[in-house]
Amino acid sequence: MADPVEPPPLFENVDILSDRKEDEDLFVSARQEQAEPYKDEPQEGLNGDADLTNLSLDDQKPELETVPINNSGTLPDTMEQVEAAGGDQFLEISITEPQKVGDGMSAYMAYRVTTKTNMPIFKKREFSVTRRFSDFLGLHDKLSEKYLKVGRIIPPAPEKSVIGMTKIKISSQAEGSPSNGNDFVERRRASLERYLKRTAQHPVLVLDPDFREFLESDIELPKATSTSALSSAGVMRLFNKVGETVNKITYKMDETDPWFEDKLAHIEALETQLRKLHTNVEAMVAYRKELSHLTNGVSRSAAMLSACEDHNSLSMALSNLADTEEKVEALHLEQANTDFFILCELLKDYLGLLGAVRDAFHERTKLFQHWQHSQQMLAKKREAKAKMELTNRTDKVDQAGAEVIEWEAKVERGQENFDKISKMIKTEVERFEKCRIHDFKIMFIKYFENHLNHQAQLVKYWEAFLPQAKAIA
Amino acid sequence: MTDKSNQEEGNNVPLVDNTLIVDISDALSEKDKVKFTVHTRTTMKNFQKSEFLVVRQHEEFIWLHDRYEEDPKYAGYIIPPPPPRPNFDASREKLQRLGEGEGTMTKEEFTKMKQELEAEYLATFKKTVAMHEVFLTRLASHSVFREDHHLHVFLEYDQDLCARPKGKLQQLGGIVKSIGNTTDQYYLNATVRDVNDFFEQQMNSLTEYHNQLKEATTRTDKMTEKHKELADSYIKISGGVLQLANNDPGPLDKFLAKVSDTFERARKVESRVASDQDLKLADTLRYYMRDSQAARALLVRRLKCLVTYENANRTLEKARHKNKDIHAAEAAQSQACEQFEAISAQAKEELLDFKTRRLHAFRKSLIELAELEIKHARTQQDLLKKSVQSLRELL
Repeated sequence: MADPVEPPPLFENVDILSDRKEDEDLFVSARQEQAEPYKDEPQEGLNGDADLTNLSLDDQKPELETVPINNSGTLPDTMEQVEAAGGDQFLEISITEPQKVGDGMSAYMAYRVTTKTNMPIFKKREFSVTRRFSDFLGLHDKLSEKYLKVGRIIPPAPEKSVIGMTKIKISSQAEGSPSNGNDFVERRRASLERYLKRTAQHPVLVLDPDFREFLESDIELPKATSTSALSSAGVMRLFNKVGETVNKITYKMDETDPWFEDKLAHIEALETQLRKLHTNVEAMVAYRKELSHLTNGVSRSAAMLSACEDHNSLSMALSNLADTEEKVEALHLEQANTDFFILCELLKDYLGLLGAVRDAFHERTKLFQHWQHSQQMLAKKREAKAKMELTNRTDKVDQAGAEVIEWEAKVERGQENFDKISKMIKTEVERFEKCRIHDFKIMFIKYFENHLNHQAQLVKYWEAFLPQAKAIA
Repeated sequence: MTDKSNQEEGNNVPLVDNTLIVDISDALSEKDKVKFTVHTRTTMKNFQKSEFLVVRQHEEFIWLHDRYEEDPKYAGYIIPPPPPRPNFDASREKLQRLGEGEGTMTKEEFTKMKQELEAEYLATFKKTVAMHEVFLTRLASHSVFREDHHLHVFLEYDQDLCARPKGKLQQLGGIVKSIGNTTDQYYLNATVRDVNDFFEQQMNSLTEYHNQLKEATTRTDKMTEKHKELADSYIKISGGVLQLANNDPGPLDKFLAKVSDTFERARKVESRVASDQDLKLADTLRYYMRDSQAARALLVRRLKCLVTYENANRTLEKARHKNKDIHAAEAAQSQACEQFEAISAQAKEELLDFKTRRLHAFRKSLIELAELEIKHARTQQDLLKKSVQSLRELL
């Protein structure tokens, strides 16, 4: 559990981070002008000693991050402006060329990450790097480490798939070209792309030096060992996760803020609904794929029938029917891809994101626990002090008094942290909800538009067939 | 029961369309049997009345078909294929499975699924009736078949025809018989050299054609069934999105409700696509699979005739050789020859007829299939266009 009880933050860091925070507020209104002078230097500095200061940075973040929020106060407006301001600044990320690197069990997939942007924090307007899957996981871990504790919602990275990857490793062909029916690679490529885009959407995460390094730095990133499922760190992670899960299940905090109660209920209900919907959409995808496959059977049968039909025009028409059905088969497959890549994957992403929201909520619970613990300790210390005073043990009263003061400070800080994370979560959830509503709307429109085109195509196919049917004589 | 008297009388009847009109006016499903009410109107004099109703079951249709097949008089004709056995097991099984899965879906979803299954059952039922009707109308409109005494009995006699549902043992007998038939065919194919290339080639291509039609029917059935399943899967998605809408008050609920509605409408179109494919493509293939089987049966009968003829030839030769019973053998030989010539001539005509019939049917149903596919795709296109429009307004 994070220990927020630390010496007051160093001034440098306060500067750096509050600057950054201000930048955020600033780029909202006048991003381009303000961002350059403020950001470049301090950010570079941070980047430089990131390794050294990481530890203390992490612990201080709670205080640091929220400072400007307290100052500005009107964050909801800010958030809206962030999105509104998104128009003139852009960051486009695309992933291409998945390639298999190496052979045997040590083989891995590498992806080309290309970024186009006009954001001044990037050195160039367009650049691309090669990253492997574990780098993406590493990025997520780094971001979570930094921001989860303060209640930010960190978009989850795609899950590891041992089966899928093993298949890739076993497959003899050197390059996993997506054309070769390599569903898995394409799915992963798409989901990694969505992951980066989602991270880039976040007004704070997009400015994170690690994220920038991930997109920009030409050098290979240090291998993120902790992401490997079998490493000792992985085992530890698993262990911690189990512990946390137990904690999540067993610990029920008495909620003081009805907002959180409502939100949590809402998110849980949403999760249930989305999960159900996701299962059903998956079933639909499977049905459509099977339909495509079966349509192929009909097409082949029509061709065979055409071959043994001795009447010319009927044979022609049947052969045409075979062609038409073959096109319909391909169309069904496209439709299945639409179902999958637009609808199904978004639902899956949102299931993951809702998990991230819960994680943020859980961080708050942890801070609450901590604060409660401090309060109990304070009460104990006070009691002890009172006892000392009663028994007139002046020698120890002073010490007890100091302890009381110390714990009073801890309680105060605990409460402060708790309040801050509560506030942060509220703004984060608000942003999240906004994104979600937007994503869902865009997604469904895109989904139906795609199907609209499929239907138009279908009309064309059958219209081409109709004269052939009429030509039977 | 002699057919002769009937035929003589029948010959006097003018060949007008309304000579004998048969339809199935009603059908009733009882447990595992279906009772068809066969309605006949006729101007033929050898019926007691000009209009009458009888109740028949599937087995009686089969009985009627077998009478035609048995009768050497019709050996040269393609006998209309018998209607398939009413089979609602698939529907029943689905209904049962739906009942088992009731807990996993909402009430509306369940109701919709149930409605779909009921509609499916009804469609199968109607189809069954239609196939029985087609069998009878083909007989009734055929200038030779309609004179058959058995048909008249079938249409007129208002009692049970004692064509009881076959018992297990008899069914087994039926299987043995059909195996006998098929091995017969193979045996004939393998041993008899056809004197006529046309028929040999027809036999081969018909066999091939029949097999391809069979395969095509199965595949089309599988396809339409999957399409239906796909359409039905929209129900749960529509329902799920609606639940999401109810759970998400505020900016999304209207939007999602619209999405849910779009899925529901698209489902109906997809469902129609599936059933029209079934009706236009699968059923045509299925009918001609049966009809080609019937045509093949005719060719087999002809081959049997050929065997008889060849045997008669051989007997005649032997008789001549031994100088014994020449006269009888000659008579038998010439009769067999005549029979064979007759059946060959008739079969040629019938095959031509089969081709024309098939051509018309395929033309009609393929055109209809294409038109319906276009119509449904357009409908869905419109539907999606409209909903994209209104969804954009909600952006």
